[in-house]
Amino acid sequence: MIILPEEPTPIAKVPSTENKTGGWRTFRPIIHYEKCIRCYICWKFCPEPAIEFDSPDAFPAPKPALAKFDTVKINYDYCKGCGICANECPVKAIEMVLEEMGGD
Amino acid sequence: MRKLTIPEEEYMLPGHTACLGCGAAIAMRYVLKALGKNTIISIPACCWAVIPGVYPRRTLKIPLLYTAFEVTGAAISGIREALNAMGKEDVNVVGFAGDGGTADIGIQALSGAVERGHNVFYIMYDNEAYMNTGIQRSGSTPMGAWTTTTPGGKKRMYKWEPKKDVAEIMVAHHIPYVATATIGYPEDLIAKIKRAKEINGPKFIQILSPCPTGWRHSPDKTVEISRLAVQTNIFPLYEVVNGTYRITVKPKNLKPIKEYLRLQGRFRHLTDEEIEMIQKHVDERWKELLKKERCSNEK
Ligand SMILES: Cc1ncc(C[n+]2csc(CCOP(=O)(O)OP(=O)(O)O)c2C)c(N)n1
Ligand code: SF4
Ligand code: SF4
Ligand code: SF4
Ligand SMILES: [Mg+2]
Repeated sequence: MIILPEEPTPIAKVPSTENKTGGWRTFRPIIHYEKCIRCYICWKFCPEPAIEFDSPDAFPAPKPALAKFDTVKINYDYCKGCGICANECPVKAIEMVLEEMGGD
Repeated sequence: MRKLTIPEEEYMLPGHTACLGCGAAIAMRYVLKALGKNTIISIPACCWAVIPGVYPRRTLKIPLLYTAFEVTGAAISGIREALNAMGKEDVNVVGFAGDGGTADIGIQALSGAVERGHNVFYIMYDNEAYMNTGIQRSGSTPMGAWTTTTPGGKKRMYKWEPKKDVAEIMVAHHIPYVATATIGYPEDLIAKIKRAKEINGPKFIQILSPCPTGWRHSPDKTVEISRLAVQTNIFPLYEVVNGTYRITVKPKNLKPIKEYLRLQGRFRHLTDEEIEMIQKHVDERWKELLKKERCSNEK
């Protein structure tokens, strides 16, 4: 049995999650849940990763057969707005919207 | 309930400093998903040396040892043998280096490491230039590309030499596992690393990782361009297990190379004749690969 330290790097201790890269964003991906088929392709390709899972009933499902599956949710603290998710979504459920000045 | 096609566990945290849409960030995410927690990684000078953030930040949930630009092969050899001496034979030891650090400056350390037969992974994330220092040409830059050291101009001084074929250089070392992969095919990439994990000895995997900053493409196109690299045959996906080739993805509807080139600003200047020349080169390389697959499978 190999035991690696709980702290993976004893020197660099501060997780990068302290760095809120959401501030880099020019375009904000907005998921239109009424179209989302819960395929998780956006989650698969996000380079941050800034797409998380949520409970099935957190958002409305486009049809009852999909209602049992978990939903996806974008974490805007970290999403840099690259648009890969919108480009890869097979049903075009993600729209890239220009950020308002002075927003988060 | 959710049905996923790649492992769910993440070993890379958000908040890292890769450019938006960075293919190399996606590559790391998949490599670690495939390898799991019991892994030590060593990274030389390259974009990935700065992506985790400045001291004392970290972005990986596994130990990372930085090393000098040219010595990734030597560093992972040492880590491997030290761990073995401590009885820790089941820890994955991984070198994760750019194309400059692999095809050019680090090639002698890599060659030595794989020739000595250490049980290590060497991942070359290939963004086809020295990106971290400002998009300079590397041996792995493809034919026809603009870089800051192949700037074009009246004499059309782009990179006209063919891309150095590091995977084939590794095959020539007769190591047990060599593969190519790209981020547009995550299931293929992860399956290859998992197969490699079962093999004792040096394992080399070259991952084509589009770079919006250096390739001059829109950041939302990273995955699409990676897929097109395979669908146009400019970057075929294959593995070589103990000398036997297997092409893992054979494009069903082969696309002309133009479709790959036209999405990237680094190829914007190419004339129709130049594109034709690149197409010819791609076709010849593909035929060669098919031949290798056929011959190596003959028993
Ligand atoms: C011996 C040495 N020479 C030059 C450098 C400067 N340097 C740092 S990163 C880098 C480019 C790395 O290119 P590559 O390996 O392709 O990785 P990328 O930056 O593209 O991710 C260079 C030239 C260095 N750190 N050490
Ligand atoms: S825009 Fe890019 S960073 Fe943001 S959630 Fe989509 S893929 Fe992730
Ligand atoms: S890719 Fe599109 S359909 Fe699939 S989970 Fe994401 S938003 Fe929903
Ligand atoms: S320059 Fe390219 S490889 Fe480097 S962090 Fe930016 S997108 Fe990634
Ligand atoms: Mg590079």
